[in-house]
Amino acid sequence: MNALAKSFAVAALAASVALPASIGQSFAATPADTLVVANRIDDIVSLDPAEIFEFAGGDLANNVYDTLVTFDPAKLTDGYKPGLAESWTVSADGKTYTFKMRSGVKFHSGNPVTANDAAFSLQRAVILNKTPSFILTQFGFTADNVKEKIKATDDMTLVMETDKKYATSFVLNCLSATIGSIVDMKTAMEHEADGDMGYEWLKTHSAGSGAYSLRGWKPNENYVLEVNENYWRGAADMKRVFMRHIPESATQRLLLEKGDIDVARNLSPDDIAGISGSGDVKVEEDLRGRIMYFSLNQDIPTLAKPKVQEAFKYLVDYEGMANTFLRGQYTVHQAFLPLTYLGELKDKPYSQNIEKAKALLAEAGEADGFEVKIFVRNAQERLEIAQSLQNIFAKVGIKATLEVGTGKQILGAYRARKHEIYLGAWGPDYPDPHTNADTFAHNPDNAFEAKNTGKLAWRNAWDIPAMTKETEAAVQESDRDTRAEMYRKIQADHQKTSPFVVMLQKIEQTGLRKNVTGFYTGSAVSSVYYWTVKK
Amino acid sequence: MLLSPRFLRSVLKTMATIAVTFIGLLFITFIIGRVMPIDPALSVVGDKASEEIYQAARKAMGLDQPLYIQFFYYISDVFRGDLGTSLLTARPVAEDIIRVFPATLELATIATIFGIIFGVPMGVVAAVNKGRWPDQVVRVLGLFGYSMPVFWLGLIGLLVFYGVLGWVGGPGRLDIFFEDVVPNITGVILIDSLIAGDFEIFGNALSHIILPAAVLGYYSIAYISRMTRSFMLEQLSQEYITTARVKGISEFQVIWRHALGNVMVPLITVIALSYAQLLEGSVLTETVFAWPGLGFYITAGLLSADMNAVLGGTLVVGGVFVGLNLLSDLLYRLVDPRAR
Repeated sequence: MNALAKSFAVAALAASVALPASIGQSFAATPADTLVVANRIDDIVSLDPAEIFEFAGGDLANNVYDTLVTFDPAKLTDGYKPGLAESWTVSADGKTYTFKMRSGVKFHSGNPVTANDAAFSLQRAVILNKTPSFILTQFGFTADNVKEKIKATDDMTLVMETDKKYATSFVLNCLSATIGSIVDMKTAMEHEADGDMGYEWLKTHSAGSGAYSLRGWKPNENYVLEVNENYWRGAADMKRVFMRHIPESATQRLLLEKGDIDVARNLSPDDIAGISGSGDVKVEEDLRGRIMYFSLNQDIPTLAKPKVQEAFKYLVDYEGMANTFLRGQYTVHQAFLPLTYLGELKDKPYSQNIEKAKALLAEAGEADGFEVKIFVRNAQERLEIAQSLQNIFAKVGIKATLEVGTGKQILGAYRARKHEIYLGAWGPDYPDPHTNADTFAHNPDNAFEAKNTGKLAWRNAWDIPAMTKETEAAVQESDRDTRAEMYRKIQADHQKTSPFVVMLQKIEQTGLRKNVTGFYTGSAVSSVYYWTVKK
Repeated sequence: MLLSPRFLRSVLKTMATIAVTFIGLLFITFIIGRVMPIDPALSVVGDKASEEIYQAARKAMGLDQPLYIQFFYYISDVFRGDLGTSLLTARPVAEDIIRVFPATLELATIATIFGIIFGVPMGVVAAVNKGRWPDQVVRVLGLFGYSMPVFWLGLIGLLVFYGVLGWVGGPGRLDIFFEDVVPNITGVILIDSLIAGDFEIFGNALSHIILPAAVLGYYSIAYISRMTRSFMLEQLSQEYITTARVKGISEFQVIWRHALGNVMVPLITVIALSYAQLLEGSVLTETVFAWPGLGFYITAGLLSADMNAVLGGTLVVGGVFVGLNLLSDLLYRLVDPRAR
């Protein structure tokens, strides 16, 4: 044997040591009573419902916890329905809400669900003062007064007193948000440390009464839910839910097509197109609450000119974007309330008209265009939108450069009013029109020192005393139809006069195995439901 | 003899070097983390937080303190074994690292084994046949290895071997139903399943690791084979090789024993470096294969300004480099009598 042949013999021997490991492996579909979902869950920073404020955390809470007021997942547009509260009454002055608790409901621990738990849960959400706490504190609750204002008068009766009269729909809609989740007081307090009302423990554990209990959570990896056999709506068909963190769309698609997962929630337009019409998989669509917009900083004189603002609204190629690179992921929408919300405005007064935009710029004394920076985070669809805007702006002499950064970098600039044009998304915080009206159309103090960083109108230095008053009036209007009409009027004004160019609303496209039914993603008002799923 | 002053001095010197290396490493990472235009407080409270909640979070995280005080607190915690709590996972960083590092260790080790058992023989064959077709084949394979984007290679690998042929397991370390079935002792599933005597899980874990390890291993193969080739060429031109051939020693012995034996020292360094690189975690491979390893953890931490996670991860990576350097020093002494 010559040296070459010997050398190959050695290499072949080495190969034979390694190869057998990769041979032969069989795979089966997921079990009939188990749901396996692939999603990006790296936004979960806490499992405490007093702190959860991101999508993946909201999905988990929606299945592990119950709220006093809730939705029928199959009829979300019908609005709120009784949840852990069987019924409620509102006092004549519109300030006191009395809830009658549903009897016979138990937490996963076996403890009964009482009005004391409900009072404790809402109180702790206010006292802990985490990001979503404003959903409750906007009714005048503070850490000092909340124990007085929200209390159980007996085991089955909860009384809540707001600081002034608000629209009943507004108050009840807010209680249906994740922060209104009812926590098992005994279990939480058994794990209390340093007076934290069980916060540190609940960040990584659950103590609810929902359709599922949390069996385990590995951050950025997976979580597992176990069915609650004593659930008050009846035990769910899916006995276990496995959530896998799969960041990559192509990987999710492969898993779905192989039958190793039942649901893929982050498929790109390409992958959606790839699986459409294929044998064992289907695609379902649902309109979500996320609005894609760009806004002009009013501290910059050029961008503060009304004609310039109007020109921007005529420059955007709304339909072109929705039909090309965003394929099916967004629909054109031009008002700040998402479609399906109370008071939604369907009017789309703007479409691309470059000549008109040019004329408007000329009227504003900007016929030669100007230079501007678009602040955008480095997410693919936003970058594509930004590039589309950049190209169109160039046609009228507006030279836009993209300032690209991570979400946190860009947001930091936006909150400090250091942007010029900000391109981004906004999702509603709770299923009531005030959530977006409060940020897009409410700015009680435009001074920089006011630091109303939570309000987009403030971030863009947009001073709107009249619209602020209209927004405040709408949130107190008890009549539902009048209230809806008020929001429509505010939005119509907003479309014309604001430095916000609302362009698109999100459509969520979910890939599912054909045998999966009843998987509701929650539309614009809620989160995903697992307890309705059948296979 | 072992405890001679000279030996003690060298041990102390090594330890001092390691300590300075670590503190320098932490200091630089800390400063980079703080000058990055990402706000850790904003990461925690989110976009919609009010100014009051945001300021409270800044204070709770100590970000209102001067930089040197923040660093002092951090270092003193580290010396007490406390790496802090991760913002992203709400758990102690040490606990997170104990969870994610074994995943990377498992992957990197198998990838490096691939690299050695294929890369070294390929390098030798290429050197022996310099300029002829085996050399060209190895060169092309190596070039492919260097230039192919790992992301693409991983996806194509998944499509072919998992999607179409069904030979290997899909993304993730295990089929989800096997999660948490065997007790977590070392965190390395291949070892834990053997300890538990559960061969079904061992087989499943193996079917899941084989593809990402092969993809990562391909890069090792490319690197190790190129380096082996060049070391071997140098040795093969030495006079002792000619002498050995003249003495009638078989060509096999000349190449695989004498020449390869003499390239062991530099080769160990090359392998150790390649292993250390893989142990840092390969973010792209981990993303495609949904492999919850160290690279993914550090990158996610970096993008969210989760500096405790980044610093903790950096310490581990630093530890790996220092450890492997020491190990390769020891191995030199074993394989090369001149170094003893």
